[in-house]
Amino acid sequence: MEGLSAVLESLPYIISGIPVTLGLVALSLLVGFALGVPMGVAMVYGNRVVIKIIQVFVFVLRGLPNLVLLFLFYFGIFPLLGWNLSPFTIGAITLGLRSAAYQTEIFRGAILSLGEGQMLAALSVGMSKNQAIWNIILPQALRLALPGWSNEYPILLTDSSVTYAIGVAEILTRGGQMVTRTYQPMPIYLTCALMFIFLNWGGMQIIQWGEKKAYIPGLGRKRETQ
Amino acid sequence: MNTTSATSILVVENIYKTYGKTEILKGVSFTVNKGETKVIIGPSGAGKSTLLKCINQLIIPDRGRIFLNGEEVLHSHSHINRFRQKIGMVFQNFYLFDHITALENVEIALLKVKKMKRPEAREKALKELARVGMKDKAHLYPAELSGGQAQRVSIARALAMDPEVMLFDEPTSALDPELTGEVLEVMRNLAQGGVTMVVVTHEMGFASSVADEVMFMEEGKILESGPPSQIFFHPQEERTKKFLSRISELYGELNRNG
Repeated sequence: MEGLSAVLESLPYIISGIPVTLGLVALSLLVGFALGVPMGVAMVYGNRVVIKIIQVFVFVLRGLPNLVLLFLFYFGIFPLLGWNLSPFTIGAITLGLRSAAYQTEIFRGAILSLGEGQMLAALSVGMSKNQAIWNIILPQALRLALPGWSNEYPILLTDSSVTYAIGVAEILTRGGQMVTRTYQPMPIYLTCALMFIFLNWGGMQIIQWGEKKAYIPGLGRKRETQ
Repeated sequence: MNTTSATSILVVENIYKTYGKTEILKGVSFTVNKGETKVIIGPSGAGKSTLLKCINQLIIPDRGRIFLNGEEVLHSHSHINRFRQKIGMVFQNFYLFDHITALENVEIALLKVKKMKRPEAREKALKELARVGMKDKAHLYPAELSGGQAQRVSIARALAMDPEVMLFDEPTSALDPELTGEVLEVMRNLAQGGVTMVVVTHEMGFASSVADEVMFMEEGKILESGPPSQIFFHPQEERTKKFLSRISELYGELNRNG
């Protein structure tokens, strides 16, 4: 019964970490999307220099462990720049940049899967390359990217707990604090785990709803007969 | 060549294109007059598709000049974009925009390129869809159309821009045989209605009954050209004869009525 009372005692404190966790996820998804879409486009239609720069960015960001990246930003890069940012902001930027690297590849793959015909047809009716990307390529590529993109939510949700290491008051950090107070690790970490599971389930519902909303008959399916 | 003639719409002058070490086009020239239908025939690998793509600069030729209505095509982006509006292109694989309906496919360039108001664009798009017999399918997505229907919508999409010339790149080659007829009929009507067209095709029946001139292309050059009666029944070049006999084995003998 000590476990149960520890959980009940901790619950309000841990629950108030939910908005922090969700804030980290939302911001890093947003940063990743805002950078990943243009970088994915540039990987397909950009010039050689731009492509090279993005390749290096993707290679580095995907090649470093989250925690290493987080420490580099928290103890190194931002202090050196003299920017006084909160741990929350640094956490969101770090997770967001890393997600941008993954999202770049997701959007690049989706654009390539369209084939060159869509761009040729758009140019042939007089669109500029930018008009074609905006009106023809992206509306299709973003839809095709959705299944792969939806992975980013559970990945960022679970990864957000590494910000524990720089003291962001998200779910796991708060759980840890309550463990040191109550000496009941198992019940409290289980509580944290259930919260992550619940948030994951909720997010998936939203993504599935979005996929249905964005559905267009036959889009992305190769014709079997002409 | 008389490039200033009032009736010549499209002048193609000495076009060369090389990929790596392969020379695809080796100096192709021809002129299309207003209302004419020119048909290009020839074996695969002859450079027919590359030639069409060079005409509207989807492929930039290495050398040679293109004139539309006496105006030379310059190689700046803004100029090319404006120029492409005046040349309609129909692709072998249709390339309809898969995320929007048939109607929106025809409408989108009117809205985004010609900056028409929506009601005006809709009216124009419906008119063009009616012209290819697709008005009643306007609300369907490309994946919901048969190949023949999709190709007709892609013709309407090109026509909607009121192009000076229409280019057709093997428009029936990707279709099941029983669907080619509906597309060829639309094209026949366009030709008779005075639309200026350049058509790459293996449909010899269509070529012989509709073309004002047939050009036989092989290895990056136009080997022989003339009225269909001459090319099909009295070809001068040995290789034209050979090609035609191979084609008639595949598609059946040609009769003079097409």
